[in-house]
Amino acid sequence: MANKLISEIPLPKSIANVFSARNVSTAKDALSLTEFELMELLDVGLTEVRSALSQISEIVAPPYQTALSLMEQRFQNEHLGGHFPTGLKGLDAALCGGIPFGVLTELVGPAGIGKTQFCLKLSLLASLPTNYGGLDGRVIYIDVESKFSSRRLLEIGLRSFPEIFQMKEMAQEMAGRILVLRPTSLAEFTQSLEQIKVSLLQNQVKMLVIDSMAALVSGEHEQGARRQQTLSWHISFIKSLAEFSRIPVVVTNQVRSRNHDDASRYCFQVQSRDGAIETPMQYDSHLVAALGIQWAHAVTTRLVLEAKSGERFIKVAKSPISPPLAFPFHITSSGISLLSDDGKEVMGPEINAIHYQGHNEIINFGMEGLH
Amino acid sequence: MEIWRLPISASQRGKLISAGYTSLSSLSSISSSDLARELNVSESEAMNILKVASHSRGSETSNASCSIVEVLDTFQWWAGAQSAWDMLHDEESLMHITTSSADLDNILGGGIHCKEVTEIGGVPGIGKTQLGIQIAVNVQIPNDFGGLGGNSIYIDTEGSFMVERAFQIAEACIEDMSEYNRFLRKDFQECKIKMQPQDILENIFYFRICSYTEQIALINYLDKFLSENKDVKVIVVDSVTFHFRQDFDDMALRTRVLSGMALKLMNLAKRFSLAVVLLNQVTTKHTEASFQLALALGDSWSHTCTNRIVLYWNGNERYAYIDKSPSLRSASAAYSVTARGIRNSSSSCKRIKMM
Repeated sequence: MANKLISEIPLPKSIANVFSARNVSTAKDALSLTEFELMELLDVGLTEVRSALSQISEIVAPPYQTALSLMEQRFQNEHLGGHFPTGLKGLDAALCGGIPFGVLTELVGPAGIGKTQFCLKLSLLASLPTNYGGLDGRVIYIDVESKFSSRRLLEIGLRSFPEIFQMKEMAQEMAGRILVLRPTSLAEFTQSLEQIKVSLLQNQVKMLVIDSMAALVSGEHEQGARRQQTLSWHISFIKSLAEFSRIPVVVTNQVRSRNHDDASRYCFQVQSRDGAIETPMQYDSHLVAALGIQWAHAVTTRLVLEAKSGERFIKVAKSPISPPLAFPFHITSSGISLLSDDGKEVMGPEINAIHYQGHNEIINFGMEGLH
Repeated sequence: MEIWRLPISASQRGKLISAGYTSLSSLSSISSSDLARELNVSESEAMNILKVASHSRGSETSNASCSIVEVLDTFQWWAGAQSAWDMLHDEESLMHITTSSADLDNILGGGIHCKEVTEIGGVPGIGKTQLGIQIAVNVQIPNDFGGLGGNSIYIDTEGSFMVERAFQIAEACIEDMSEYNRFLRKDFQECKIKMQPQDILENIFYFRICSYTEQIALINYLDKFLSENKDVKVIVVDSVTFHFRQDFDDMALRTRVLSGMALKLMNLAKRFSLAVVLLNQVTTKHTEASFQLALALGDSWSHTCTNRIVLYWNGNERYAYIDKSPSLRSASAAYSVTARGIRNSSSSCKRIKMM
């Protein structure tokens, strides 16, 4: 709507001519200027500028919906009211049905914790027919670090849904619905994204997985402000893609160690004498999610995967609907599964902390279990 | 007032000056047909210029040597001015929207003020959207229960509005009202509230914005929308930052556009007597050799809103801090986000801290 041409908006002829003469051709151009700037540029009076702007605004402004009709629409048209069940009962219950459609869901955790395993399971589930809890559609899996293993995918399928995957044609059909893209640079990724947006709906794509976002951005050589701007563009684009197609978008993120530059307080928060207000998390964990605070704002749901005293937990760190719960999980041959469906409630900013204690033992143990 | 300041187009101004009309008084005695001839413009245009000039002249005070009594009377000459005494009456009858947390309402002086723009910012996950939804629901509390009984507009720029959550909060709000009703009615009559959560959801007008152009267009359009929907008593924008952080290369333009938007919102708040709540994100700011958190959109934006509240973590508790307000003290209070919405913090060591 922003790029609506002024020529298509029913304005009085005189002012429409002035707009085109001064090269103000889209609504975006007109609305980015203040009233006085427009007056000066177009050389017309205030009342005319105001009336032109109000007509343009009325056309460009999106229509409204009552929250009630939004709810009814979602429940009628979308699978489970706009949620994709992950198969992890406790998590699905907390998230009010599952991973929400139309917004970004982030999986963040240290290396080897199980993010890719989770993504594989989700891709598999999305390809299944609806009576098995799937979305009955295609999945686009953007595999940046070449971690996608089709053998592992089929193993998960065979263990979790033997009745489907034992038949070779069915296994082929399901696996055939998952399209893996391997962009080697950010530019290639950007190109793929643009192509995806165009062909999303007609190709029946029901889920998008990006594994991992951090690897894409960190691979580039730009620093500082320019990198932030590139990331901004991608955040905006992926969000709008999710929004207009109403599909779940799952993005994985890496962790990095916390450095002294990480801000954690406002200027009005008094600096206490060493550690009185310091939260315990600052001493336990030295890991934070990569990609910065702007990314943290942009994701709607953040699931933190961590290892604490030899056990793995999946925590709902940010969600519009769920309380801050932590569920213990483990990874078996049939993929990721919860050890308990009752989440433990975590108080305070601890929910955002990412631990990695006792991690090495888990990796080695896990690897043995997989072969 | 010189010709420079008249709201007419640049070429008209240029013609007036080159024809020798540099002050308003010079235009007082000329007729429109003479002016049209001198400036070489059409008669209707000349008439328009004279009308604008007389309008501006009418709102100027007369010469400086008038007594106090006359000065008080000339306040009537300034379109839209009010004396401080009259404003006191308005301020005392100001309506507030409760946040459902008594501690938070206390430091806010009763709740979110109508006729003012309040900015609320905080880190991701602190509860901004939760507070936004709570306010959009609470504005609908009927007058009998101390609420405004109005409708709400929810402008969603990020897709964080979840209808199921709004339903939950609405349901809890109605249950609380029934509880309150039962508590007050000494005769223990089961006076059931007739409101249903669906009714509350029906009165939330939801707009989804996908670019900053749409955001500006919508705020321009709200003028007309609000004239047709006079029951709207709160506008929540969640978040005002998102689209302005991504696409702008020209920072000066961003500042101008943002301040234009803020002025329009303030105008809407005053004209339609409603509350405007803007939710903002945070960014890191380098000050005094360290990095600190600050609300996004820059220093110029921080001047534009009337009130500013920062939500932050203090230990394991969520706190709200009044960063800027013309009438409230700097104070912070704890609150919590529960399954029923925003409520008082349940911790025993909570306290309202005056700064």
